[in-house]
Amino acid sequence: MPDFSYFKLSYMRKIKELIIEKSLLASALITIAVTIGIILVLSIEAVQFFSEVSIFDFFTDTQWTPLFTEKHFGILPLLSGTLLTSFIAIAVALPIGLTISIYLSEYAPRNFRKTVKPLLELLASIPTVVYGFFALIVVTPFLQEFIPNLAGFNSLSAGIVMGIMIIPYISSISEDALHAVPASLREASYGMGATKLQTAFKVIVPAASSGIIVSIILAISRAIGETMIVAIAAGQQPRLTLDPTVPVETITAYIVQVSLGDVQHGSLEYRTIFAAGITLFVFTFLLNTISYRIRKKYQEKYE
Amino acid sequence: MNNIQKNRWKDQAFKYWGVFCTIIGLVLLTVFIGDILIDGIVRIDWGFITDLPSRKPENSGIYTALMGSIWILILTTIIAFPIGVAAGIYLEEYAKTNKLAGLLEINISNLAGVPSIIYGLLGLEVFVRIMNLGASVLAGALTLSLLILPIVIVATREAIKAVPKSIKDASYALGASKWQTIWHQILPASGGGILTGVILALSRAVGETAPLIVVGALAYVPFAPSSPMDEFSVMPIQIFNWISRPQSGFIENAAAAIIILLGITFIMNGIAVYFRNKWQKKWK
Amino acid sequence: MENPIKENMVLDSVIDPSLKKIPKIEAKKIKVWYDGFNAIKGIDMTIKPNTVTAFIGPSGCGKSTFLRLFNRMNDYVDGFSMEGKIKINGSNIYKKNVNVEELRKEVGMVFQKPNPFPKSIFDNVAYGLKIQGITDKKFIQERVISSLQQVGLWEEVKDDLKKSGLALSGGQQQRLCIARTLAVEPSIILMDEPTSALDPISTAKIEELIFQLKEKYTIIIVTHNMQQAGRISDYTAFFYLGELIEYNKTKNIFTNPEKQQTENYITGRFG
Repeated sequence: MPDFSYFKLSYMRKIKELIIEKSLLASALITIAVTIGIILVLSIEAVQFFSEVSIFDFFTDTQWTPLFTEKHFGILPLLSGTLLTSFIAIAVALPIGLTISIYLSEYAPRNFRKTVKPLLELLASIPTVVYGFFALIVVTPFLQEFIPNLAGFNSLSAGIVMGIMIIPYISSISEDALHAVPASLREASYGMGATKLQTAFKVIVPAASSGIIVSIILAISRAIGETMIVAIAAGQQPRLTLDPTVPVETITAYIVQVSLGDVQHGSLEYRTIFAAGITLFVFTFLLNTISYRIRKKYQEKYE
Repeated sequence: MNNIQKNRWKDQAFKYWGVFCTIIGLVLLTVFIGDILIDGIVRIDWGFITDLPSRKPENSGIYTALMGSIWILILTTIIAFPIGVAAGIYLEEYAKTNKLAGLLEINISNLAGVPSIIYGLLGLEVFVRIMNLGASVLAGALTLSLLILPIVIVATREAIKAVPKSIKDASYALGASKWQTIWHQILPASGGGILTGVILALSRAVGETAPLIVVGALAYVPFAPSSPMDEFSVMPIQIFNWISRPQSGFIENAAAAIIILLGITFIMNGIAVYFRNKWQKKWK
Repeated sequence: MENPIKENMVLDSVIDPSLKKIPKIEAKKIKVWYDGFNAIKGIDMTIKPNTVTAFIGPSGCGKSTFLRLFNRMNDYVDGFSMEGKIKINGSNIYKKNVNVEELRKEVGMVFQKPNPFPKSIFDNVAYGLKIQGITDKKFIQERVISSLQQVGLWEEVKDDLKKSGLALSGGQQQRLCIARTLAVEPSIILMDEPTSALDPISTAKIEELIFQLKEKYTIIIVTHNMQQAGRISDYTAFFYLGELIEYNKTKNIFTNPEKQQTENYITGRFG
């Protein structure tokens, strides 16, 4: 055995380890670069847009016609299209998703839950262009049987189908939250003679409320950012309306419309997609930040 | 007495409502897919797969879109896999408690929630314009890589977390360096989990449409890409294009293409689940 | 036999075990803190070479902490800080420029819960050699066989070295972990409650093994089991609340302890 004064710095080894560490760090820093990139790209183009279009007009004009000869740049029609379709989607997904989460967590036998959960997540993994096809080719004609005035492009079909797609966002996360509530709370409630339903709604759901709220916020964020379902089935007519039977256009569908067309790079029309994009980004960023904060607080509660 | 009965009745009613809700989504999905199968299965033949798109639906095939999708898939894997796994290793093994770790975590969580079309806008400015790659397969693959990067990173972290600390202790105690421990012990042990996550991320990339439209993937491309700098189309965009055409023949084409796209997606998900099960068994 | 190892690696001992210099192990004025909590309050100790030294004492008294100082495994614990010197053959292993990886090749460790790698039996034992960069297949094979023989596992596994290490029984797994440690030919082996997770038969086999190993190695073992300490160790150190209360030949500690606290612990008045 060598005497231990021989332990010396192995420079080659240390340098190799350092290089590896820094390379891994660089990979991790790319994620920060992406965020900075998104913010910069959207901001720079948006700033140039707003040098030509007043912010006041942008937020108050009720028409969005950047590609017509008489140009209006009010974001409200696109915003209303986005919010209307998202609202319908949530109206579908929330009751169904919550019911599923409560049923799976409190009622369903374990095997049923194990088989069904991955199947539900399947719903979220279908490419959205396929959902768009359903909405346009299957759902709209079906609904037209009951709603004769329903236009070929409308926010109702798109909203419903989008709702189906985001059911797992609500059901999976809520179910995890419900499941994480300690058994002792359930036992206390049952012990007092409460039914499963009463226990679920009066005890478990309130205890899991932050997790459920997080799931809803994430679902809303997903709905707002959805593109293909609405681009295919909701229409390309920006319209400030609450009527679900007429064509509308969402922020995302507008961006697709322009990208498919022949808009000059660097023109005002080109910049409109960034103005629309940054509006979308601000909304989803706020929603995601709120949900992250709630999630962190909620994790602490159970630790 | 009456109250208790009422409550019991409500409880039972909810149970039925619960089962209904649970299966309604899946039932609808089956109906939709059934409809697509009916619409499209007849259209699928060898000609459909090898034909180029054309103005007549009977002659229009998915060849260029399919090739484009394969190109995108391969390039995206090459770009996103090493960067995502490297970032995941860094976050789990090197950065555990410093301030940077917290910032990186929030950032990745945020990126995961950014709508995919925004990535398209980013790709358009940075890859297509500034880096002058044009509306090429490479630009599309880079854009999609950024999109799925958070998924790959999270999957890597979860897989590494599952490796017991005792394995690391044993490795260090034998005189292995940090990287040796990661390379010889942690990565092989977490490999299955990482692979599962990467395949799921790629299966998502295959179905992405909006970011690639923004980047400039064309709806009508008469040739398959032969280099990363070529223009391209992908399956979802071809489907979108066919849906937008008035002739009913194209609807059939769209349905047929959807069947193939879904087939690819399901196979990829199936492979991912297979790897996940195999990996989980390793620890039993 | 040709020496496959590069020059700047662990030397002489690999060629000829009898050339092993006998290590002198000293701990001087050791104090340890975890996040401000003073876990070890000031210990001096010299370990005799080619002996088995047992660390005994109630839970949480710093025995494991003190043990891990000798191969610097505490370095990975958040909030760890220490004062004092651990000298092996006169060099302080906590000096700034010490190569920790080389240290751990000389000072091996066996853990409480057997922790074989999820690899084959062969790869488990060969791992320590692999990370040193040794590629000579014949050398590795001979070393693996001899390590498995030393721990008495060879006959039981020789038919299928490709079997996963995790497929062995608990006692076999622990012996595999010991073989893995022996394969890099350390001169000192640290054992942190190596049999507390095992059944009595496996425990007996490992105790016998430890008894044989002390011919070539210096062993320090932390144990909760006083009878075990009495059976296999030559020297025993009794720790209590971060201090070394008594340290003497095992015979003396158990039949004629000097301190009252020692006697109380040994006779089971507290545990």
